[in-house]
Amino acid sequence: MAAGFKTAEPLEYHRSFLKENCRPDGRELGEFRTTTLNIGSISTADGSALVKIGNTTVMCGIKAELANPAVEVPSRGYIVPNVDLPPLCSSRFRPGPPGEQAQAASQFIADVIESSEVIQTEDLCIVKGKLCWVLYCDIMCLDYDGNVLDACLIALLAALKNVRLPEVTFSEDSEVPKVSLENRRGLTIHKHPVGASFAVFDDSIMIVDPTAEEETLSTAIITVVMDEEKHLCALHKPGGTSLSGEKLQDCINRTTIRHKEVHKLINKVIQSVKTPE
Amino acid sequence: MEVCGSSNPTLREFGSEQNLLSRPDGSSSFVQGDTSVLAGVYGPAEVKVSKEIYDRATLEVVIQTKVGLPSVKERAREQCVRETCEAALLSTLNPRSSLTLILQVVHDDGSLLACFLNAACMALMDAGLPMSCLFAGVTCAIDGDGRIIIDPSAVQEKESRALMTFAIDSKERRVMMSSTKGSFTVHELHQCVAISQKASDNIFEFYRESVRRRYSKSV
Repeated sequence: MAAGFKTAEPLEYHRSFLKENCRPDGRELGEFRTTTLNIGSISTADGSALVKIGNTTVMCGIKAELANPAVEVPSRGYIVPNVDLPPLCSSRFRPGPPGEQAQAASQFIADVIESSEVIQTEDLCIVKGKLCWVLYCDIMCLDYDGNVLDACLIALLAALKNVRLPEVTFSEDSEVPKVSLENRRGLTIHKHPVGASFAVFDDSIMIVDPTAEEETLSTAIITVVMDEEKHLCALHKPGGTSLSGEKLQDCINRTTIRHKEVHKLINKVIQSVKTPE
Repeated sequence: MEVCGSSNPTLREFGSEQNLLSRPDGSSSFVQGDTSVLAGVYGPAEVKVSKEIYDRATLEVVIQTKVGLPSVKERAREQCVRETCEAALLSTLNPRSSLTLILQVVHDDGSLLACFLNAACMALMDAGLPMSCLFAGVTCAIDGDGRIIIDPSAVQEKESRALMTFAIDSKERRVMMSSTKGSFTVHELHQCVAISQKASDNIFEFYRESVRRRYSKSV
């Protein structure tokens, strides 16, 4: 009976739960799904992480390459993020060139990297005007069940913390870089941006961490990204129904709590990886 | 062409012209300072079967840049404009049909996303599509000293520490769309929202005035 009701009237089905301040999967309105994190999962990448928020699974691999810095900014390296939503992860994505959602997600991640200054691109310069690192951050969704932006951000941050760059020596006369793979060092992470997404139901009810189904039924989605100094790095709301200042404040307050949770999770996972060695 | 002499010194001078193209069902140009955008709306028209939505119209937004092909940045902006228009339009009144909004950049001198939104709203009005509310785009920049500049030019945008664009609805002056760059405090956010809400009043007043002038032939 319930299954039929859900298929025939999905919005009414969700409303009947929201009326009782809970959701079809048993969560409260302000509750995130269980978040799990695994780092260093890809041995061939320079840094990697796998994040699961409920069923949503996102993988991030970081590949470092040597390149010439741009002439306009000779003392900076590059960070090139890319979000891929392949047909594998959900039936809503078709094969072929990346769709609007994937492109918008890539732009969002690029904006957050730039706004938060998680890594200063000056740190990626090896020899001014001659040699620098390019970090290709490829983020791929393996299972799409909503809230992919939050998952992407956690995966990116954890993968960046996992990066071990080899030491490069550059001889001035021969102009040939020498890479010593034995000596590796991590990146300096300046800020820790963490996101929290909210979906708005019926113009008034706000739920946190929406599933794919909740995302399609909701009237607006908002993503807030915050760093550890409580500075906002992004307030991304691509349209949808309007929200008042108080509702925005509620979202920001929830993001502050979420930041602490995720920060603790990342530190715990990094610690657990270090101890066995 | 109607020009709103800026009574509020913070917004640059802005103006608009409606129904200036003959082929589209609705068209407008919107000028904010030196930033200028041309918008055209086609629809409601027949929709491709693959894009058909059974209970509402399919809205497609295309942003054409002045030079070169549209990049990922334009796609992200298209998404922002599309979802804002979708929320304002009563698209359930035209189910299984297509609406196409084309935004052509004429000149970019900062606050481009805000100008897109204003041009889009004027074009939708001109096309006579049913809408639940109007919307206005306002961009705020925070400079190095923490001062808030409203409707910044390209130079001011470049020098700014943070940049926020909001779409404000005409009914309750609430935030429909938000797109930000750079980092800022919660207090600064609320300040910018409040300033944008205030600035949007000028734009809504301008919308009203231009529609009134257009339809009162006796004057």
